[in-house]
Parts: sequence; C-alpha cells; structure tokens
Amino acid sequence: MTTLTATALQAGYGPSTILTDLDLAVPPGAITAIVGANACGKSTLLRCMARLLRPSGGQVVLDGRSLRKIPTRELARSLGLLPQSPIAPDGITVADLVSHGRHPHQGMLTRWSHADDMAVAAALEATQTTELAERDVDELSGGQRQRVWIAMALAQETDVLLLDEPTTFLDIAHQVEVLDLLVDLNRKRGTTIVMVLHDLNLAARYADHLVAILRGKVHAAGTAHSVLTEKMVEQVFGVRCRVITDPTSGQPMMLPLGRHCTTAQSSDGGTLS
Amino acid sequence: MTGQTPNTGTIAALRMTRLRTRLQLVLIMIGLLAAGIGLTLMTGPSMTTPIDLLRILVGHDVPGASFAVLELRLPRATMSILTGMSFGLGGVIFQTLLRNPLASPDIIGISAGASAAAVFAIVVLGWSGAAVSITAVAAGLTVALLIYLLAWRDGVSGARLILVGIGLSAMLDSMIAYVLLRAPAWKMQDALRWLTGSVNGATLEEALPVLLSLAAFGGLLLARRDKLEAMRLGDDTAAALGVPLASAKVLAVMSAVGLIAVATAVSGPVAFVAFLSGPIAKYIAGPGRSPLIRAALVGALLMLSGDFAGQHLLIGRYPVGVVTGALGAPYLIFLIIWSNRTERKL
Ligand SMILES: Nc1ncnc2c1ncn2[C@@H]1O[C@H](COP(=O)(O)OP(=O)(O)O)[C@@H](O)[C@H]1O
Ligand SMILES: [Mg+2]
Repeated sequence: MTTLTATALQAGYGPSTILTDLDLAVPPGAITAIVGANACGKSTLLRCMARLLRPSGGQVVLDGRSLRKIPTRELARSLGLLPQSPIAPDGITVADLVSHGRHPHQGMLTRWSHADDMAVAAALEATQTTELAERDVDELSGGQRQRVWIAMALAQETDVLLLDEPTTFLDIAHQVEVLDLLVDLNRKRGTTIVMVLHDLNLAARYADHLVAILRGKVHAAGTAHSVLTEKMVEQVFGVRCRVITDPTSGQPMMLPLGRHCTTAQSSDGGTLS
Repeated sequence: MTGQTPNTGTIAALRMTRLRTRLQLVLIMIGLLAAGIGLTLMTGPSMTTPIDLLRILVGHDVPGASFAVLELRLPRATMSILTGMSFGLGGVIFQTLLRNPLASPDIIGISAGASAAAVFAIVVLGWSGAAVSITAVAAGLTVALLIYLLAWRDGVSGARLILVGIGLSAMLDSMIAYVLLRAPAWKMQDALRWLTGSVNGATLEEALPVLLSLAAFGGLLLARRDKLEAMRLGDDTAAALGVPLASAKVLAVMSAVGLIAVATAVSGPVAFVAFLSGPIAKYIAGPGRSPLIRAALVGALLMLSGDFAGQHLLIGRYPVGVVTGALGAPYLIFLIIWSNRTERKL
C-alpha cells in the first residue's frame, strides 16, 4: 500500500512562505480530511504533495522515494490530484474529459487500447455518469460536473487521490453523494484519499484521519474524536463552538456559536463560558 | 478497476464515431483543396482546359500552357497550401495554449518580428534563401521570448501578454515600413509582400523550406498532441496527469513559432490567416479536440482561395494578404467588442 509523507515541508510563492515546517503522514488506504481556515495553506500543501509546487525546504516522500526523483509519468500513475477549480475547455464532452485520465498510461508509441476503454467505462459507471458520456461538460449541473471530474481522476487509476475541496459549491445532497462515492472508492479499491473539506462535520463523519492546519503547520492530526474539539475550532478557526456526539454515527460534530447566540440551556446542562 | 463492464463497448463505439466524423471532415476539406488546386492551375489570362491540364501534369508538353501551369501556377498553388497550413497550425497552437483567440502569432507580433528580420536581411544585407528563413525563425523566437519577458510580473497573464504583443507588433510594423522606404525602387515590388503578404513570383525552390518545416514542426506537434489536449485542462490538472509542463509548453511554442516564421520568410506576414484558421476550424468541427489538422487545412483553403480571389475575382490584382486582411479585420473588431461586452478576459 502506498505511503505518502511530508517532512519539514516549507513552501510558498515568491518571497512569501506559506507552509512553515509542516509534517504530515498520510495513513495508507484510509481517508484523510484536511481542514483549516481560508488561506492557511491547504491547497499549497496538496500542490506540494502532487509536485505541482516545488518546496523550498523539506521533502515529500512517496513509497520511500523522494517525489523529486520520480519520473513525471510514473508519478501520475500512482498519485492523482483534482485541483480546487479545474478548467473544462470549451465544448469538451464528458467522455473526452474522463479519457484524459488515461494520459499517464499512454506512451509515445502505445496508442489508445482496450484497457483504456475499460478504465473510462468503469470510471463513468462508478460515478454514475455513463448516460452523460456524450454531453457537453458546460451543460452539466455543478454536482454532475464534479462527478465527471472525479471520474477523470478515477480513470487515472492511482493508488493515492488528492482532492482539493471536491464538495465546495455543491448542495448538501450532492456533497453527500460525492463523499459517498469517495468512500466507495476507498473501500472497493483501497485508494488512499486525501481531501480538503470545509464542512467540519462532514469531515469528521467521512474521514478516518482528520488533519487541522493552522498558518502553514499541522495543528492537530488524528481521529475525529481527538482532533475535532472545541479548543481546536477556537484556535484554528477563531470560532467558539460546542462539540457534541452525532447520535447516528457516534462521531463528534460541532455547532458554531455566533456572537448573537443567546446562552442556551442545553440538555446536558452545560453552557459555554 | 479494470473489470469489463457492458459500457466498454459503448465507449469504444463512441470514440470510433467521433474519429469517423473527424476523418470525414478532413477528407471533405482535402477534396475542396484539390478542387481549388485544379481551379488555380487552370485559371489565368488564358484558361487551360481540364484535358490539357491533365496532359501537362502527366508530363506532356502543351505549347503555350505548360509554362504557365508548371512554372507560374503550380508553384503559386504549392506555396499557398504550404504556407496556409503552417499559418493555420501555428495559429491554433497559440490560441489553444493561451486559451484565447486573440493570442494568434500574427496579432501578438511574432509574424511581424519574422517579417521585419526577413525584410532587413533581404533589403539591407542582400541575403536570400535559407539564410533569410533562419533569420526569420530566430527573430520570431526572439520576439516570442521578448513578449514573454515584458509580460512577466509574478507569472504571465494571457491578457497582458496579448497587449504587450500588440504593442510590439505595431513597433515592428513601423520598422518594416522604415526599411522598405529606404529600399531601392527595383526592390519595391518584391518588398511589397512584406507589408501584406503575397505569393507573387513564388518558386518551388522557395517552397521547399516551408515543406521541411511543416514536416518537422507539424510532425512534432501532432505527435505530442495529447499533451496539448491535457494542457487545455489548466496547468495543475495537466501536471497531475503527468504532462511535463515546462518542456511541453516550450516545445509547442517553439514549433508553432518555427512554422509561422518559416512561412512568413517566404510569403510575408499574410494577414490574419493564422488568426482566422483556428476559430473557423473550431466552428465547423464543433465540440471536441482542438482541431489541429483541420485548422491547417482551413489555413490552406484561406490562402488558396484568397489568392485566387485577389488574382481573378476582383477588379485589379491584389496580393493574397489584402484579401485575407479584409476578411480578418471585421472578425478582429467583433472579437474585441464581444470580449469586452461579455467581460471575458481579453
Ligand atoms: N499562485 C499563487 N501566487 C501567490 N500567492 C498564492 C498563490 N496561491 C496561493 N497563494 C497564497 O498562499 C496562501 C495560501 O493559499 P492556499 O494554499 O490556496 O490556501 P487555502 O487552500 O488553505 O485556502 C494565500 O494567502 C494565498 O493568497
Ligand atoms: Mg484552497
């Protein structure tokens, strides 16, 4: 199973350093959710782990090999990334877009093969987008479009899949749909998944491993129970909240307290000071 | 996950259908091109009959017609097609890479750079042949690099690059005019092509470098077209799909500049062929891959029909660049107005 770790990672853009000495071990075969305030460096971290950004210090290691030493195509066969806002070119069809996922599997001389067709068909099926195959990507709803992008990443058939905010801009039904799809992928294929999520409760519900980032460092990492605490939310997001137990899943869930929240008498008697 | 699913066949069938549609369009365009060549070879002050044309082409000597067909019209048609294909392919590569129809090499000054260098080499230095081609390619690459450096400010935005290119293009155009003004009168006719582009007095020897550049650069671009397609998804997605971005971009840009510059070195900066071919090809091809071969064929058709119209259909004779310029200018204006209206990035 593929291991992915970042050690003493430093990265930034131009003179500004965004990630400062960040250590992260992605548990293989599990679902990891990364949470953190806007602009804390979540996308930057994902871009470093996919080698889209060269770190100014530290390194990322995939299966015992430094990312820098892995040939481009080989890396793309074991690690895929869905960026935060991917661009669909004008007039591209769903089947075409998903077919791009096969790029790292094709060499200069090897042409499109039956295995490629199978991978594309399977990716469409897994994301329930087979009926959309001939449609123009521009015409799709937000949820459909996101599923198609995930299908492209599935067709890439990588052991590790990084997703940057795959549920942003989706309504709650589509968010759950996308997350369920990722769980399926993880359970059926054993794909290691690392995703950036904004919704802390969905992150706690769906992830095996939760990572909270604060100003370019890992602030807390571990199970949802150990990470999603009132203190962490206050420190990382600057928001006071209550954390209670989700009666269905048994996972922690947080309820933000705004400035206008009147002191509520809760059932277990506690109020937040 | 490579279990056979019932949809595998559907996907394969879908791909075959699309391939067939593309092939059909390419064949239709080749047919049109063949008809255009036939017409060009037959038409002149004295018309050549199709029978005579066939006889000449298989090697018979038809007095009074052989010379016109083989020495005048054939080189002209050949040159039109080869330069048209180079302009069309070079243009669509730029437009695809920069995701903007305005990013064509003839708008952003690369043609003007190649042209200015060629004029200088011919008029001032008295050079000819391959030396001029090489100078033009070097100048095209230099201008491309210059635009890139001038547009650089923590990265390059497409809009800034296009504006810088348009400015540079205007400067280079005035340099061409300056050199031409100082040219001896007997070189003026020849020099005129450097203002608008023309295939007047083309010879087959002149067409050879264009053929070679088309084979080399065009072949390279077609062989690497899957990288170009992936780059349309944006830098991050393409890199995550295993496209070595830096080398893929440099190779694509250099090949496109090579195509444009070599063609410009022999026919001059034929106005707007590079700019128009991609959008026309996209329009007739509909959604799908970036139409490289089809854009090249549209370029050839534009050159051939533009030259035909300039020679035979208008009152008086005009070089091909005048005709394509008249076609392209309204489209350019439309594009600028439309991109402002829709608040699309320039
Ligand atoms: N391409 C870039 N160039 C310059 N600064 C950037 C770039 N991308 C992100 N940044 C800056 O880096 C910081 C972290 O960004 P990012 O990693 O995208 O945050 P997050 O994904 O956590 O919201 C932000 O302040 C952002 O403005
Ligand atoms: Mg982000």
